[in-house]
Amino acid sequence: MSWVEIVQIWLVAFVTLSLFSFLYKDNPFYRLVEHIFAGLSAGYYVGLIYHSVILQTMIDPMFRNGEWWLIFPGILGALMFSRFSKNYGWISRISLAFVMGNTAGIFLLSELHGKVLPQVGATMRSLNPQHQADGWTGVLLSLLIVVGVVSTLIYFYFSKEHKGVLGGVAKVGIWFIMISFGAHFGYTVMARISLLIGRVQFLIFDFGNSIKELFG
Amino acid sequence: MRTIVPVIIAFLSGMVMILAFFFDPEKSILGELEQNVLSWVTIVGGFTLLLGVVSIFRVNLIAVKRRHDGWGYKLVTLISILAMAIPAIIPSKLSPLFGTGTDSIYDWLFNYLDAPMMATMFAMLAFYISSAAFRAFRARNTEATLLLIAATLVMLWRVPMGEIALAYIHPDLPQAINTYIMGGINMAVQRGIIIGAALGAAAMSLRILLGIERTYLGK
Repeated sequence: MSWVEIVQIWLVAFVTLSLFSFLYKDNPFYRLVEHIFAGLSAGYYVGLIYHSVILQTMIDPMFRNGEWWLIFPGILGALMFSRFSKNYGWISRISLAFVMGNTAGIFLLSELHGKVLPQVGATMRSLNPQHQADGWTGVLLSLLIVVGVVSTLIYFYFSKEHKGVLGGVAKVGIWFIMISFGAHFGYTVMARISLLIGRVQFLIFDFGNSIKELFG
Repeated sequence: MRTIVPVIIAFLSGMVMILAFFFDPEKSILGELEQNVLSWVTIVGGFTLLLGVVSIFRVNLIAVKRRHDGWGYKLVTLISILAMAIPAIIPSKLSPLFGTGTDSIYDWLFNYLDAPMMATMFAMLAFYISSAAFRAFRARNTEATLLLIAATLVMLWRVPMGEIALAYIHPDLPQAINTYIMGGINMAVQRGIIIGAALGAAAMSLRILLGIERTYLGK
């Protein structure tokens, strides 16, 4: 193990242990590393945006392909910085409106065409016996999905009071939702545990070996 | 003027995207316009993210200048931003340490500081999420009991030892969890939520395009 590798491992071990120290209580080591993390994450985006957006999408096409009109989105982007001015802050609304309007236009169709219709279609198609290759298991699963989708949608329908039949279906909906949230919770816990195992493995093996290398 | 002009711009830029959807992108001028508008939005969006970083820098700089509480930590944030951003912006032609390529300062800081810190931050959530589970997972009523059972089954199913334990109860139990809980109930609820959220997003988009929703303008 070279000196450079040892320094790198010790640096990673220092930030890892400093962050974990918060589990005991707030302390200067945690705060120091927390602020380094915030700064590096912000700096990371500067590098990413500068190369992937400003250079690749704007500057390069402008100078290499003569797409001079890309100066306009550049100006619109620069106008966003007028937010820091008390008198001219309103100018940034123009750029913001352009992005919001465009995103709204894309969302209006993509949400309906790309999400609602395919999801409704998949739910309806599963009821068709021609799409069932798994026999009764498939039929049971399809019914479960249809009941689950309908009851979940009804649970989130607040325009009418949940009473009578609507209340009964909403009650089934909350049971489905609870099972799903439980499953999601289980999944999330295991994902976090897997990350924790990764960090502990690093501390035991990589950091442990570097200590052996240095002192033993 | 300060409100009407942005509302008109939002309407027009949104309508371009909607109209372009109904035309062949290769045969109509609208298709070409759509591609241009998309790259425009990427550029403006990039500047918006930079605005966020500049804002963080500004807030921390003011705190350091005025010696607010914990200004030393804020100075560390400023130094970290500069340490990551400046070498990334300098062209890699000058030295392989600059730019964002392999062996650059940017790459080194990401691999040996940012990525481990990110992983540790998320790993720490394992403790908090377990503590939350300890408080929330009480079989007080039907709903809480269902949540508890589903979470326990999935957590067991996700690890090899738990899967063996479940198969010991019944050989088909691990497969049944995969089929009926994950692929059945969970998928049904996710579909319901996706459909509901998508309808909500479409309605909100329509409100923005028609100028009914103006909160993004600070109204």
